[in-house]
Amino acid sequence: MPKFWRIALQGLLLVLVVGTIALLWHNLTANLQQQSSQTTRLGFDFLREEAKFNIGEAAIPYQPSDSYGRAILVGLLNSLKVIAVGIVLATTLGVTAGIARLSNNWLLQKIALFYVEVLRNIPLLLQLFFWYFAFFLSFPKVEQRLQLPGAIYLTKSGIWLPWLQATSATGTWLICWIIGGVGAGFILYRQRQTLRPWTVLQAGAAIVALSLLALLITHGLPLQFDVPQVIDNFQIQGGLKLSPEFAAITTGLSVYTGTFIAEVVRSGIQAVPRGQWEAAQSLGLSPNVVMGTVIFPQALRTILPPLSNQYLNLAKNSSLAVAVGYPDVYSISDSMNSQTGRPVEAMLVIIVTYLTISLTLSVLINLYNRSVQIVER
Amino acid sequence: MSQLPLSQSEAPPAPIALNGVAWMRQNLFNSWFNSVLTGICLVLIYLGVRGAITWLSQAQWQVLQVNLKLFFVGFYPPELVWRLWLIPALVAGLGGLSGSPFAPTSKRGLQGIAIGFLLFGVLVLALPLSWSSRLWLLGISLLAAIGFGTGQKIPALASWLPWLWVLSFPVVLWLIGGGLGLKSVESSMWTGLLLTLLLAVVSIFLAFPLGVLLALGRRSDLPVVRSLSTLYIEIVRGLPLIGILFIAQVMLPLFLPQRIRPDPLIRAIAGLVIFSAAYLAEVMRGGLQSIPKGQGEAAKALGLSSPLTMLLIVLPQALRNVLPAIVGQFISLFKDTSLLAIFSLVELTGVSRSVLAQPEFQGRYAEVYLFAGALYWVFCYSMSQASRRLERSGASRR
Repeated sequence: MPKFWRIALQGLLLVLVVGTIALLWHNLTANLQQQSSQTTRLGFDFLREEAKFNIGEAAIPYQPSDSYGRAILVGLLNSLKVIAVGIVLATTLGVTAGIARLSNNWLLQKIALFYVEVLRNIPLLLQLFFWYFAFFLSFPKVEQRLQLPGAIYLTKSGIWLPWLQATSATGTWLICWIIGGVGAGFILYRQRQTLRPWTVLQAGAAIVALSLLALLITHGLPLQFDVPQVIDNFQIQGGLKLSPEFAAITTGLSVYTGTFIAEVVRSGIQAVPRGQWEAAQSLGLSPNVVMGTVIFPQALRTILPPLSNQYLNLAKNSSLAVAVGYPDVYSISDSMNSQTGRPVEAMLVIIVTYLTISLTLSVLINLYNRSVQIVER
Repeated sequence: MSQLPLSQSEAPPAPIALNGVAWMRQNLFNSWFNSVLTGICLVLIYLGVRGAITWLSQAQWQVLQVNLKLFFVGFYPPELVWRLWLIPALVAGLGGLSGSPFAPTSKRGLQGIAIGFLLFGVLVLALPLSWSSRLWLLGISLLAAIGFGTGQKIPALASWLPWLWVLSFPVVLWLIGGGLGLKSVESSMWTGLLLTLLLAVVSIFLAFPLGVLLALGRRSDLPVVRSLSTLYIEIVRGLPLIGILFIAQVMLPLFLPQRIRPDPLIRAIAGLVIFSAAYLAEVMRGGLQSIPKGQGEAAKALGLSSPLTMLLIVLPQALRNVLPAIVGQFISLFKDTSLLAIFSLVELTGVSRSVLAQPEFQGRYAEVYLFAGALYWVFCYSMSQASRRLERSGASRR
């Protein structure tokens, strides 16, 4: 193509795109003026106004008298909580199921296959409804609570689990462990060329020694069990309380994403050449060691890129929390829109938060990905 | 997690006809670790089966029996439902005609299909359906068989099939919507599974050309075209579908002149198209990258212009390479239509919710959601299996 036409064509396209956007913008302002009787101007000043709605659960203190800005922050933190917990659970479930699909135990293989093929092919939203309405809300009231061994209480208004709690000694322990960890790292680093059991033992000893020191100083353990307790038969206190909404969204997300991760892991392991298995086995390594130290690290290189896609999907799908009434950032933006009639601002909040989350996640995974890939000249 | 995961074809020939005990010893109890795993699995299965039986004993299926029609065709006028029956009939006939790539090569495969038909017939008779539904279902399966037979007899038909499929599309829309001699049915009446299927099919059809254009744009050597395409693709892929549907439902009317107020269905399709186009573009880009440069060069050497090279040489091959990925995209789009229930469209998930709102069936969540889930599953699973077959049969390659 001649140079003139190349430039002309692109110029034309640019004019077209800018023109369309301008036209849309014009329509938008005209429509907004038509719609609202009061002259609300576009802009984010309203974020300082009182939100006036209640939020079921918040990681930071929040009252209806707080601002919209704070409400959005609460939603964002809730979203991040779901994403973080979801990624951990989905990875655990997915890797387990992916390896189980390759097991030479026929029964385990079939169970994993069943899990993957059934749950992958049902929409996540439907699964969320199922988990929320048919499962977590089907538990009895607090008075007739179900109790699992280990002081786990299942009720309609939430699930209580025993949890670890920080004590006054936590700080001292943490400092000692950091010093011990640095020392152990130093020992291991110095001997990294020829890593012998003796060196590892030394490094371990460093950590144990500093733990003993911490024990001597504080006379206490770093964390203590916080066990939920039933008070007067209709109240449960202490421990970790999971709301049914949070439980439904994390369970649904991780079970659904786990099926996809399982497929990613399975195909990643199958992509490792068979010679690697045979070579490792002929060296006399036991099957579990072969898997853990020879196959899996190599499979990880194939697995990571599609796995990062699944993490991104999980992060985006966390917005379905709105369907079960969990106050994530989408749901807060939505209620903000219906309360203030500001769809443009709500849309921008949604776009900016999710693009930021997606971008951050993919940057983090790319960094990790670079560290495990083979470094070629 | 032990020993080689040998695929079936690579595995050394297994000892023929192991008896039950030997088979169990080899597949379930070949090491202490596996024996423990087997034990755990058995406990899990026991717990699962026990839970399922306790639940089944108190489940009430009446909610499904009463609302069966609602799940499939929603609020479509009952006297016009025969028009909707014609759609699966049409699809079954065409599907039968284009079923040759799936033709069983062995006698056993043929037997399998025959047994499948028989089971289908028994199932149709066993399920509590009305006699008219049973007749329709049997007729449709017969039509598929006839179509398949005809396709085998007259292979020349194969080249006409794509056109027949394309032609069937407006016919289906005409059957649903009416007009031209048929009584017209408002789009707000198109609900249930009908709407789910319609949304998915229409959206993928509309998203496809857009996706191809975006893929070409992203690979273009014109910087403005490339950066605009990349920007679009990356922004859309960074957003959750629910956000895009929010934009389509709430913002689209605001972006259009005041005279134009698209109905919720159009807005939903717009959202799904905006979303799928970006993902299809990435799929197509992969396909375009898989075509060796020599193909384009050879076409140029023969004197084809650039657009013709793309249209006649590169795109068809790229398309063939990514057909399975496109089916995968369609499956996820099919599942994603469920999100429209949040925007109060009454597709399959929306119908489930409205069934659950009926006062006499309050709280029957498990039955309703399991049934809806099973419907989604049947479609997604059969599509993914078909795509796998297609891939294996080599129809996606030459």
